[in-house]
Amino acid sequence: MDTVSNAVHYIFLAAAACFVMGLHLMNHPRTARRGNTLSAGAMAVAIAATAWLILDENVISTTGWLVLTSGGVLGAALGLWAAREVQMTAMPQLVSLFNAVGGGAAALIAVGELLQTEHPAALGARVSLPGALDIVIGAVTFSGSLIAAGKLQGVVSGAPVVFPGARLLNVLLPASFVAGTVWLVLAPDSRVALYGLVAVALLFGVTMVLPIGGADMPVVISLLNAFTGSAVAMAGFVLDETALIIAGMLVSASGGILTKLMADAMNRSIANIVIGGFGTGDSAPAATGSGAPAQVRSISADDVAIQLAYASKVIFVPGYGLAAAQAQHELGDLAKVLTDHGIDVSYAVHPVAGRMPGHMNVLLAEANVPYTQLKEMDDVNPEFPQADVALVIGANDVTNPIARRPGNAISGMPILDVDQAKSVVVIKRSMGHGYAGVDNELYTNPKAGMFFADAKKGLSELKAAVGEFVG
Amino acid sequence: MNNLDLLTAITVFVLSVLVGIEVISKVPATLHTPLMSGSNSVHGIVVIGAMLIAAESHTWLGYVLAFVAMAFGAMNVVGGYVVTDRMLEMFKAKPAAEKNQSAEQNQKAGV
Repeated sequence: MDTVSNAVHYIFLAAAACFVMGLHLMNHPRTARRGNTLSAGAMAVAIAATAWLILDENVISTTGWLVLTSGGVLGAALGLWAAREVQMTAMPQLVSLFNAVGGGAAALIAVGELLQTEHPAALGARVSLPGALDIVIGAVTFSGSLIAAGKLQGVVSGAPVVFPGARLLNVLLPASFVAGTVWLVLAPDSRVALYGLVAVALLFGVTMVLPIGGADMPVVISLLNAFTGSAVAMAGFVLDETALIIAGMLVSASGGILTKLMADAMNRSIANIVIGGFGTGDSAPAATGSGAPAQVRSISADDVAIQLAYASKVIFVPGYGLAAAQAQHELGDLAKVLTDHGIDVSYAVHPVAGRMPGHMNVLLAEANVPYTQLKEMDDVNPEFPQADVALVIGANDVTNPIARRPGNAISGMPILDVDQAKSVVVIKRSMGHGYAGVDNELYTNPKAGMFFADAKKGLSELKAAVGEFVG
Repeated sequence: MNNLDLLTAITVFVLSVLVGIEVISKVPATLHTPLMSGSNSVHGIVVIGAMLIAAESHTWLGYVLAFVAMAFGAMNVVGGYVVTDRMLEMFKAKPAAEKNQSAEQNQKAGV
């Protein structure tokens, strides 16, 4: 090993250490940005070191340079543009898109390596096995993440798409991975095995994600993020590059943990989500026509404003409805009026509120809500009995008390104890159902009033009305 | 390239998983979206692999593969870090930013 190659590998090691520290700094909002900058800096140095290594080895052709720089510049420009332009509400689909290209790149590396090697038949299982795994995982992630992003963006139907034979296909395709992988390991020079594996994996990504409902997309994205991490680590095995193994597995472990945390927050197993069928979208038919709407108490903006203005403690419960209406700024403004009037305001954030874990926190942060007012479920639940008003904005399933009883779609899911507050106000456009497709018992609770309005419009009205009372 | 022996590679693999679990389990739910996006940009290190593949390419098929891998990897890494930074910027302590932001919002609202 020559000096440059040695130096570059020390640089890679330092970069890997910086990635770990960068992720570690993400454990507090105050240091998180520094962590990300550290990680990005380490990445830039690692990329520069790789360029140095390539220059030093001097085996790259002129066309190779052209391909490397033009591909890099094009990708960087697209990524930069997308990252700058994206609306915060569309963040989950963008993360999914970036995840797709990451997985795609990892798969292409293995394909490239297997195609380029002059004597592929001589490749041992040491390269061909991780290569085959890289292709399978990377390609599944690529097509799966694209479908997930499409579902969140509304390009692909958010409802679970089930077609005849889907279940059978989802058994046959993984079986053919195993066959294809074994074939490729035994005969690394077989083009049929290589292309076949790519095609089957791409198809499986689609058939795996299509039957999963939009509500479960956060879990799917997180899971696919973990997949990409493993694909990158496999690419590291193929290329003999420790940096890729370390960074890839770091991400894979983090994605795995996040996926588990989210599944726990919904009281469901990961397997249950992936097998699908629950996240039926908001078009789910109401099975129970018990005439519940008749018992609902509808109230006006003025009624709500009086309650808010004379409260001493208010807890906001933002949900997907808030995100969809992009009403985070209006909520922040209303909270500010109340805080200025000396009212104790906090936000109860369910772990799966929004479309990604912690997505609601990002939206509220965008609206300049101090993060000290954001409270996680376990911290805020004991506070509800002291709250004069709990204002629910577009959150449905996560506030439904029937989750405490067995025998329904959301049984056992940890919820926000909104019904413990002295008074409850729900801002909602209609009596429509949440993702779980069940009636929310909270709405017929005598303590609860329904303020039927679009979140954005309703909150502006409330702010104006509260302004009248508090002067 | 150096020839990493299999045992070393697997050791690195296992230790990285453990470090990942240890580091991530301490992150509060508030930061889970930036965390996901941030870890997403870390696997953008795949761009290094794409560069090595581009350097080895000598056939037109190889060049096409390398080009797409480069574009994908670069998009992952640049976009990932920039968008994570944008999110985290909003989480920083407010006092200085608050005035500007609310003035801007008032302007938008026509106040």
